[in-house]
Amino acid sequence: MAEPILQLSEIRKTFGALKATDGVSLDLRKGEIHALIGPNGAGKSTLIHQICGSIRPDSGTIRFLGEDMAGLDMAARVRKGLGRSFQISSLAPEFSALRNVMLAVQARQGSSYRFFRPVAGDRSLTGPAMAMLERVGLEKRAKVPAAELSHGERRQLEIAIALALEPKAFLFDEPMAGLGPEGSKRLTGFLDGLRHEAPILLVEHDMDAVFALADRISVLVYGRIIATGTVAEIRSDPEVRRAYLGDAA
Amino acid sequence: MMAGVSRETWISAVLVALLVAVPLAATAAGEPFYVTLATRIAILALAAVGLNIALGLGGLVSFGHAAFFGLGGYVAGIFATHAFNGAPLPFGFAATTAMPVIWLVAIALCGLVALPIGAISLRTAGVYFIMITLAFAQMIYYFAVSWPDYGGEDGLSIYVRNSFPGLNTAQPLPYFLLCLGLLAAGMVLFWCIQGSRFGAALEASRQNATRLAAVGITPFGIRLAAFVISAMMTGLAGALFADLNRFVSPSMLSWHMSGELIVLIILGGKGRLFGPLAGAMVYVLFEYALGGITERWQFFLGLILLGVVLFARGGLLGLLAGKTRHG
Repeated sequence: MAEPILQLSEIRKTFGALKATDGVSLDLRKGEIHALIGPNGAGKSTLIHQICGSIRPDSGTIRFLGEDMAGLDMAARVRKGLGRSFQISSLAPEFSALRNVMLAVQARQGSSYRFFRPVAGDRSLTGPAMAMLERVGLEKRAKVPAAELSHGERRQLEIAIALALEPKAFLFDEPMAGLGPEGSKRLTGFLDGLRHEAPILLVEHDMDAVFALADRISVLVYGRIIATGTVAEIRSDPEVRRAYLGDAA
Repeated sequence: MMAGVSRETWISAVLVALLVAVPLAATAAGEPFYVTLATRIAILALAAVGLNIALGLGGLVSFGHAAFFGLGGYVAGIFATHAFNGAPLPFGFAATTAMPVIWLVAIALCGLVALPIGAISLRTAGVYFIMITLAFAQMIYYFAVSWPDYGGEDGLSIYVRNSFPGLNTAQPLPYFLLCLGLLAAGMVLFWCIQGSRFGAALEASRQNATRLAAVGITPFGIRLAAFVISAMMTGLAGALFADLNRFVSPSMLSWHMSGELIVLIILGGKGRLFGPLAGAMVYVLFEYALGGITERWQFFLGLILLGVVLFARGGLLGLLAGKTRHG
């Protein structure tokens, strides 16, 4: 089997007496959606922060495309090809939707130290940015400041920004949160096709979406992965049912 | 963009027309004092346009930009003194009174000094950034106070204003036009930066630095570049200011000066191209009009500033022209 795109080995992180991440090993392979689920307080956010580079693990290694990520900050990891969305939308609020995506396009082109040519009307920026907005269905709202977009539109914009980075792997942190049934369904269909562009590590609470999308699921409880497997395996795992799924499955 | 000409453009045009027309009329009427007043406005506006790159676009509240303003001033003063005495500069360089050379030296020196100050200060944020930039500026202030070679606390007089090829800088009007030209150049540079890819990254770093990092742009580098460019422009204004007053003293380096530059921006409208000019006009005219009546004119300025901060966050330009929007 080919080397995984993203590989976590024995990641540990403690805050005082709390073992937030307790020896997590996990990988993300080409073409798959790997869902990470777990009850609140299981340590999902802490794990995401460590993958993205905003928290440094106490021990363990994170390899991305075969390269050790230790010592690289968030921006450097993104430049390597790790595209992420945030659990709570994180946008430039005064910028229009289009300019938010244009920022990602210019970042991918590596051209943020150009001081003279105006960005407005620069087709090499607006073209790809508009295309990304069309992909997520936000093209009619291109000129609206991010602060004035609805919650659901901001989630769409986050996805458009991640797409514009043309990453080697996506890391989506609860993209369905607050979308409502209709929005969740649409985004589920969208992510379904996206896995062939780049694999997706999906942190999500919406179990319908997870069961519909995931090739594999890992269950995180108290900082430990208690099970990894296909949808069918996870649904029938007695330990998972007890710890997390309850009667929902 | 919006169809037609926006209100902000109209107001800006009126400000520029006033700044140009008043000195011309004053020269014709034989009232050079008003030319000097307009020159003061142009120079302070240039210094504030520089600070506006860091503060307005990048959200970096530098409380130490007087360091660069004063350094620029001392470059002009030291060159003039050495040229006057016929003594060579340190490291054996020949002194000159040619302004273009002095300006380049002032800009380069401010850039060199801003680089380490920025690199250290930008590791902090918020109130710590304000305090550490203040601390660096005060270090330079006390250095100037305690260095007797160039006047120490008493400052340094420039007996003959430095020269510019083809212009009689000793006359108020040519010197005003020179300063006006540099202000225009500074504002064009600000406008270019604001619209550029760098400007987009800088404004994003102000709005949400995490977002900037999450598209793969390290905020630190963007901020440092902005801080250095900002310092260089303020330094150039300092050199002009020293030549205007034919005098430079540690007061140009003091924290009062840093505060004054921030006040100009807040008053006019931060992050706006014409904000510093509007702020400088109001400030200098206030100082002139009320300064003649009472020594406590800054009390009334304080009231206006309070009003702007409480009721018109976009400054006077924002109050008159409305909110800016990013297309």
